[in-house]
Amino acid sequence: MARFKTRTDRVLDICVWTAPALVSGLFLWLVGDLAVRGCGAFWPGESEASGFFRLTEPLELVIKFLTGAPERAGRSGGIGPILVSTGLILMVCMSMAIPFGLGTALLLSEFVAPQNRFGRIVRRSLDVLAGVPSIVFGLFGNAVFSQFLGLRFSILSGGLTLACMVLPLLIRSTEEALNAVCPTQRHAATALGFSRWATVFQIILPQATPGVVVGLVLGIGRALAETAALIFTSGYVDRMPRSVFDSGRSLSIHIYDLSMNVAGGNQNAYASALVLITVLALINAATNWLATRFLQREAGNF
Amino acid sequence: MFRSTRDRFLSLTLHGLAAVSGLIVVLVLAFVLQESSPVLSRVMLSRFLTDGSWHPAADAAEGAFNLLPIVVGTLLSSAGAVVLATPLGILSAVFIQFYAPLHLARWYRRMIELLAGIPSVVFGLWGLVVLVPLIARIHPPGQSLFTGIVILTLMILPTVALLSNAAMAAVPREIVSGCAALGLSRRTTAFLIIIPAAKSGLTTAAILGLVRAIGETMAVVMVCGNVVRMPGSLFDPIRTLTSTIALEMSYARGVHRSSLFFCGLVLLLVVTGLIAVAEIVSRRQLHGPV
Repeated sequence: MARFKTRTDRVLDICVWTAPALVSGLFLWLVGDLAVRGCGAFWPGESEASGFFRLTEPLELVIKFLTGAPERAGRSGGIGPILVSTGLILMVCMSMAIPFGLGTALLLSEFVAPQNRFGRIVRRSLDVLAGVPSIVFGLFGNAVFSQFLGLRFSILSGGLTLACMVLPLLIRSTEEALNAVCPTQRHAATALGFSRWATVFQIILPQATPGVVVGLVLGIGRALAETAALIFTSGYVDRMPRSVFDSGRSLSIHIYDLSMNVAGGNQNAYASALVLITVLALINAATNWLATRFLQREAGNF
Repeated sequence: MFRSTRDRFLSLTLHGLAAVSGLIVVLVLAFVLQESSPVLSRVMLSRFLTDGSWHPAADAAEGAFNLLPIVVGTLLSSAGAVVLATPLGILSAVFIQFYAPLHLARWYRRMIELLAGIPSVVFGLWGLVVLVPLIARIHPPGQSLFTGIVILTLMILPTVALLSNAAMAAVPREIVSGCAALGLSRRTTAFLIIIPAAKSGLTTAAILGLVRAIGETMAVVMVCGNVVRMPGSLFDPIRTLTSTIALEMSYARGVHRSSLFFCGLVLLLVVTGLIAVAEIVSRRQLHGPV
């Protein structure tokens, strides 16, 4: 075989092996850089502790970083209030997105036929929504929640904006989870004279729960990674929020602000980025585990 | 249709929830349109192309609203990223499907999925701290169109690669078996048979990559330099539509604010149009000749 290789063949072969090598190289460079500089922020400098206590010191620094308040515009200190704000934004986002997402997905998969006009319109409009750039969601959130509804820059308006953004993703994955429930179960339920209510709440939803949870976790990951939609909805304030009506800075905005607007903020930006990536990696691992454990397929197939 | 009131209640609630979900996109369009109406009524559309510069002000008469360099910056950076990411993505898909041993293919796929999950601020941070100084050594200032293209390429690569992979996997298995029966090499199968057969799927992948590149904000803000000027070379700083919104929204008032919503409207229409094109192209695969 090899003897008949022409020059074109050889060039093609080289290309096919170089492209993945290049991509993997860049990926490893990015992740490696993040890990090294991120961990560097937690490496203790000079200290009097020795032996065993020297080893626990990075751990102490990590805890201090995760719970402390940012000082000097974030150059030093921790990210405690920012984690709280991020958590609150996610909570607002999910508590709005879950009812609408679950309800819409249930309607589309259980209550209307595929050719139903209403169902088709909703599906189509969700497809369009899924393609809207995140910065446009930011504009929308600013106009509607911050100004029209008078919520100003607040965790509430940020969370609501994110809810609109993750809704299409949530609906699509929930719908897939519902469709994965074996149709014979529905037929059996109908044959036994179950009401729709009973079919949905006692047959379909319990079986679809793992798939629905995978979708939720994916949605949380997407919301956590988002920055552009939050800059002018949830705002920049890095103090501890007292309620959801306060402005609060999300972790991703913190990274942006430190690296762009604060000279000498890079080290803490890297530390925050490491925290963000670690959380996202955990989420990814959790979805994969859930998906392979309960759904017998890989989460990546969504 | 429903016998019990509970069923009727459930159906009604679900219809209500779905109607709200379906209305969000209408609301987005309506609010963006409404907020951009001041600039549309007070500034002639042609001024977006003919004004002397981009110096927007709260008052229409005082400001200058030339969006041309910004639009060109957006087009150049996203087109550059697509030009680089499409071959890389297609080659990655060929690698996964035809070249790599099974476990390597699985690892590589997994890695691309992880790459897709990295937040755009993190790409931006890496670009700003690592790439920009490197490129500044070749050609200052470093924050440039080129840096933007590199970062965007890396960001849209997962979209292109995963969709190309799916498009190639969707080519009927009989075709692949036919190639094997004819004794064609993997190379011939991949490049002369499968890629042409999956052409419309690959085009869709490239278009959706372009959509992602045009809509990308944070990474671009961080590495492109954000100077509003026609770029003269690859190493000049540029400004995109998305970064203009992100940078100016916090202090914009009046017509200025409205002109930012107009940028958003342009983005929204372009992106929706491209998605529609992608859908038409991908539908051709199902109905047309392979």
